[in-house]
Amino acid sequence: MKNLLTILPLLAVVILVHYLTSATDTMYYLTQLTMSAYYALLIIGLCVLMGYAGQISLGHAGFFAIGGYLSASLTTHNLIPYQDNALLAFLESSGMLVSGHDLYGEALLVVSPWAACLVAVSSAAVIAYFIGIPVLKLKGHYLAMATLGFGIIIYRIVLALEYFGEADGISEVPAFVLLPGLSVSGNFSDRVQNYYIAWGVLLFAMVLLLNLIDSRVGRALRGIHGSEEAADAMGVNTSRFKLQTFVLSAVFAAIAGVFLTHYNGGIGPSEAGVMKSVRYVAIVAVGGMAHLWGTLLMGVVLTFLSLRGVFGSYDDAVFGIVLILIMLFAPNGILSLNIRHRIKTIFGRGKKRREEEV
Amino acid sequence: MALLEIHQLTKRFGGLLAVNEVSFQVEPGQIKAVIGPNGAGKTTLFNMISGTFPASSGTVFFKGRGLKGKKPFQVATLGMARTFQNIKMFSGMTALENVMVGRHVLSKAGFTASMFRMPWTWKEEKDIRGKSMELLALLEIEEHAHTDAQSLAFGQQRAVEFARALAVEPSLLLLDEPAAGLNMYETAEVARLITKIRDFGVTVLLVEHDMSLVMDISDEIVVLCFGEKIAEDTPASIQKNQEVIQIYLGEDRPC
Repeated sequence: MKNLLTILPLLAVVILVHYLTSATDTMYYLTQLTMSAYYALLIIGLCVLMGYAGQISLGHAGFFAIGGYLSASLTTHNLIPYQDNALLAFLESSGMLVSGHDLYGEALLVVSPWAACLVAVSSAAVIAYFIGIPVLKLKGHYLAMATLGFGIIIYRIVLALEYFGEADGISEVPAFVLLPGLSVSGNFSDRVQNYYIAWGVLLFAMVLLLNLIDSRVGRALRGIHGSEEAADAMGVNTSRFKLQTFVLSAVFAAIAGVFLTHYNGGIGPSEAGVMKSVRYVAIVAVGGMAHLWGTLLMGVVLTFLSLRGVFGSYDDAVFGIVLILIMLFAPNGILSLNIRHRIKTIFGRGKKRREEEV
Repeated sequence: MALLEIHQLTKRFGGLLAVNEVSFQVEPGQIKAVIGPNGAGKTTLFNMISGTFPASSGTVFFKGRGLKGKKPFQVATLGMARTFQNIKMFSGMTALENVMVGRHVLSKAGFTASMFRMPWTWKEEKDIRGKSMELLALLEIEEHAHTDAQSLAFGQQRAVEFARALAVEPSLLLLDEPAAGLNMYETAEVARLITKIRDFGVTVLLVEHDMSLVMDISDEIVVLCFGEKIAEDTPASIQKNQEVIQIYLGEDRPC
């Protein structure tokens, strides 16, 4: 309840931004704000894993891609050639398939977005579970390496399989009708609606995570981060909690992937790229690691700037530099910044060292 | 029946025999201490009891139940809590939150219930908070409840750590060098708190270097030397034990 109230000012900002853009005739910003909200959804999930449970993942673009690619492929691949299959007939009779016509008027039979979404998100959860069991036994750099490896594997898979469109990715992904009259799609007429869907999803997720942090589970996770040995001695099943958090953050990433793919009408292999994972980690770091609000703010601001093309072709480089600067000057995140003090200590020490050498 | 029964517990690290067939019992309501010079195997013994690592041979019975193969969190669930030599506070959490983690095994809200704030978790949260405040009050640090635990003085952190362990509602509390890093005044405070914990109904087994602390509060003492038990008696008799005196005064042939 308390967390529901803390969300209200942000909701007011979301509505205000809509009115500002409509008043200043800059509604095109809403498109990138919608996309930023979905990226921020992944990022706040990663924040709980990294900042609170203290487990790094350099493979979250992989879970995003699993969500996006599975829903894209299932909702676009024509199943008409397999129509005689018994399983397919069963799926069709249970309403999990939809038929229609493609651009050239050919008959089309595809999986419905709802069913595809369920398959995509639960696949991500199952994969996270089975990857997590061995991988979360590792700590620090080794965990980073292992999750990085996972991310690379997913990237190579989507790039290599014809089913996933190889280097072209998948396009013409249909709209995801959530409720009659409410659909996730890139249609120009649905822009405002989609802005509110995305932010509604993000704010709802934010309330859930704020609740989680301030609960028995959240305290256990922060305990694991603080001292795994002591948490263990207090009766916290540390490996189970780490695994559950890993799966939770993978589910958030997959949901973000599904929604953004329907919104964009397609997905390409760059979404699964390692640099995307690095970017998400950088943003969580900028946000202050164990700081959901900071991460949400930085997630939205930085992805928005990136999507607007502010960083130009130096996009990935900018996120790399951001990560370096944050680690140097504000290891506790940008909101905890006391820049002058940090600069003084860093350069002060450097100066001293030089004097000693002389 | 003894609360804790250690039977011929042995630990080998490669060629090193860290603990060699040590046996003793802890009766309910006791404060029992394990002492010995550096490297005597005290902490190794502790880590085997609490499940941090397995024994090479021998068994630990807690409330008549064998603990073989049990992990630390499972041992905690059975009602055995511990503290650490180098206080392991949960960083970034207040003293109160630290103690609230101790209520983990006695509460049950999972991920879904926590995220959706199911109505039944409200009462549980309130109980966790209330009980944790009570324990901070018992250990006389309730005024620091909302201070970041790591910014407290060492002695106060020790008290928070005790409260956190008591939050598990253990029948046995293992204290690993509770006076480590404390000055004389703080040590006396800790001694008083340990007696208070015992009077509260919790059996205490402690490992300690500080002789004044051990002699003042223990009901019985086990002396280890190079992994072997060389004496087990009341503080008064231990003080007169020739072998123990030799070890502590550093004579030529220790054990």
